[in-house]
Amino acid sequence: MSVKVMIPTPLRAYAGKRDSAEFSAATVGEALSGLTSQFGELRKHLYTEDGKLRAFVNVYLNDEDIRYLAKENTPTKDGDTISIIPSIAGGSFAR
Amino acid sequence: MATTTQPQTGRKSATSLSNEEILRYSRHLIMPEVGMEGQLKLKNAKVLLIGTGGLGAPLGLYLAAAGVGRLGLVDFDVVDFTNLQRQVTFGSDDVGKPKTEAARARLSNLNPDIQIDTFETKLTSDNALELFKDFDVIVDGTDNFPTRYLVNDASVLLGKPNVYGSIFRFEGQATVFGMPEGPCYRCLYPEPPPPGLVPSCAEGGVLGVLPGIVGSIQAMETIKLILGTGENLVGRLLLFDALEMKFRELKLRKNPNCPMCGEHRTINKLIDYYEFCGVRGEEAPGPDVQVPEITPRELKSRLDRGDDLFILDVREPHEYQICNLNGHLIPLGELPRRVHELDSSHEIIAHCRSGKRSAEAVDFLRKAGFRKIYNLHGGILAWSTEVDPNVPRY
Repeated sequence: MSVKVMIPTPLRAYAGKRDSAEFSAATVGEALSGLTSQFGELRKHLYTEDGKLRAFVNVYLNDEDIRYLAKENTPTKDGDTISIIPSIAGGSFAR
Repeated sequence: MATTTQPQTGRKSATSLSNEEILRYSRHLIMPEVGMEGQLKLKNAKVLLIGTGGLGAPLGLYLAAAGVGRLGLVDFDVVDFTNLQRQVTFGSDDVGKPKTEAARARLSNLNPDIQIDTFETKLTSDNALELFKDFDVIVDGTDNFPTRYLVNDASVLLGKPNVYGSIFRFEGQATVFGMPEGPCYRCLYPEPPPPGLVPSCAEGGVLGVLPGIVGSIQAMETIKLILGTGENLVGRLLLFDALEMKFRELKLRKNPNCPMCGEHRTINKLIDYYEFCGVRGEEAPGPDVQVPEITPRELKSRLDRGDDLFILDVREPHEYQICNLNGHLIPLGELPRRVHELDSSHEIIAHCRSGKRSAEAVDFLRKAGFRKIYNLHGGILAWSTEVDPNVPRY
């Protein structure tokens, strides 16, 4: 089962400048661990040291927040898209 | 679902338009979705713009042009040349003026019939509630996490909609927070990212048109809230990718346990948002690490003396093209795998634009065993100011 993970601009620097990557995965967690094994530097941006998803990292399966599904155990199906939505604060970039 | 925000008491509500106003707004008046009733709603509406920068520019221009009767502008900044690439409210003559004053001049010229209130101040926990209370809609066009959380909390405490937009390089986000039935910023992002994980200035920058697009979306949502028409972005996060030219949207749910807008609110007053976000102040932070430094003037006199110094430039190649000190270019991100290009017996001066990235580079190299390495204090910007004004600043 192929699942597409969308990598947001602020994290692309840690993912070989890729904007997305495809993984064979049965759950959201499996797809994310595929992502962090391929791009080791991403791990600290997505997970805390004890392996929990960071609170400011939002993960969506298609258009649903996985916090309101089964979190990382949410099952995926072929063709699903996982999006990582980071906080961005830019507005006026005054400095 | 759309919600009308009724004008609050204070000034007397306008009940008619002058002939001149009818002419000015004729393209609104002939649309059934606006009409005379809608135009009067706009005229009686009070909108507060937090930030008059990139997002604030299209917001101010379109809301003034549309006839929003009272616009509040909050900004403490002064117009500088680097703003003109995207902050289209300002002209070259405005450089050096306070943004609120420059924006007031431009917007009153665009529409002399509206009231413009300027607040040349930093938005803080001490003044936010007082500033917000007279306005119907709050529009967040700020550029930093502490102010985002402050705008959110103050809007929720006062029960006012918060029209949100933010941008990063080629990507934008927009939604409407703070409606009773919808989520707030804390439902989406319960915690800010720690400062160390925010992308560095090397990866910053923004294409000038992007805030124009996202700010225009915020202006449209603001007008729809006032008119009470259409489907607004409550409960939906609109994502825009300008490179792909794609819009996507995600569902935003109200978190029942949200400390701010949930059933059992635990945050009942404004807090210290800099502490909450782990930053001490909004000013550009100094180097995160303490490393040996050299000032631009010291470097200049040592180079003039003929000392054998190796200049290491840790910026990105596109920055090197703007200006350089003939240094050896290794971008900070590539340093770990390109260390072999450096000779630790050589005296090395590392620099970047402002001195922050090169401080990280010096710290990294010292840990790798380099001893004769110094950071150029203030970077190439300080070199331009203190040594060679021919080096362009960017």
